[in-house]
Amino acid sequence: MQVGPSAFMALAAVLFSLGLYGAVARKSAVMVLMSLELMAVAVSLNMVALSRFVTPTEMTGQVFTIFTMVVSAAEIGLGLALVLAIYRQTRSIELTRMDTLKG
Amino acid sequence: MTETVNGIAFAILAGAAILGAVGMLTTRNVIHAAFWLLESMIAVGGLFLLLQAEYLAVVHVLVYAGAVSVLMLFVIMLTLRRREDSVRPVEVSVAGAVMALVFGGLVFAAIASYGDRVAEMPETAPDTAALGELLFSRWALPFEVASLVLLVALVAAVWWSREEKR
Repeated sequence: MQVGPSAFMALAAVLFSLGLYGAVARKSAVMVLMSLELMAVAVSLNMVALSRFVTPTEMTGQVFTIFTMVVSAAEIGLGLALVLAIYRQTRSIELTRMDTLKG
Repeated sequence: MTETVNGIAFAILAGAAILGAVGMLTTRNVIHAAFWLLESMIAVGGLFLLLQAEYLAVVHVLVYAGAVSVLMLFVIMLTLRRREDSVRPVEVSVAGAVMALVFGGLVFAAIASYGDRVAEMPETAPDTAALGELLFSRWALPFEVASLVLLVALVAAVWWSREEKR
C-alpha cells in the first residue's frame, strides 16, 4: 500500500474540520482551547508531511512546525490564564455567560 | 530505490488520531475530553516518526502530551466546583457542522485536484543534527524571536492568573 502526501493532507483536513467544529460547537472555554490545539496540530502535520515528501533536505516544514509549536504553546498558556482570570471574576467558564458587552 | 510510508502503520495511527478527535468532541465529560485529546496527540507524534521527523515527534509528545494536557487538566480542576460539573449537556451546533463540512469538502476537493504528484518518498532524510544546524544558522533570528515570544507569553500568563490582592 502506497501512502503519499495526499493521505497525510486528507488526515490533516479531517482533524482540522473536527477541531473547527469543536471550536464553534462547544460551550466551555477549555473545550474551545482544546479544539484550537487540534487545529494547530493538523496544520503541523501538513507541513511536516509535505516537507518530507517534496523538499526533504531543506526541512523548512519541520522548522516552521517548531515555530508553530512555540506559538501554540504560548497561546495555550495565555488562553488558560485568561480562563482562570475570567473564572475568578464570574465563577463560570461558560462562553454563553460571557455577555458583558452584549447590547 | 525509494522508501514508502508503511501503509498499515499509517492506517493505525491515522485511525487513532481521528478516534481521539471524535472522542474529544462527543464525550460529555470535560476530563475525558482532555484524555481523548492526549491520545490524539500521541498518535500524531507517531505520524511524525513515520515521516522521519524524530526530533519533532519527541518534542511534540513532550509539549502537547506532557505540558499542554497537564495544563488543561489543572485548569479543569481549578474551575470545577463540584465533581458533577465536569459532565456537560450534549452540545450540538448545526451551523458549526455545516461550516466544518463545507471547509472539509473544499479542502478535500483541493487535495483531489492536487493528486499524488509526489507519491514516492525521497530516500535521503536529514537527521536531527542537520535540523539543529539549520535552526542555528539559517533560522537563527526567527529562533531567537520565538524564544522571546515564549518568555513574554509566560510572564503574561503568570501576571494574568495571579490572585488579586484586596
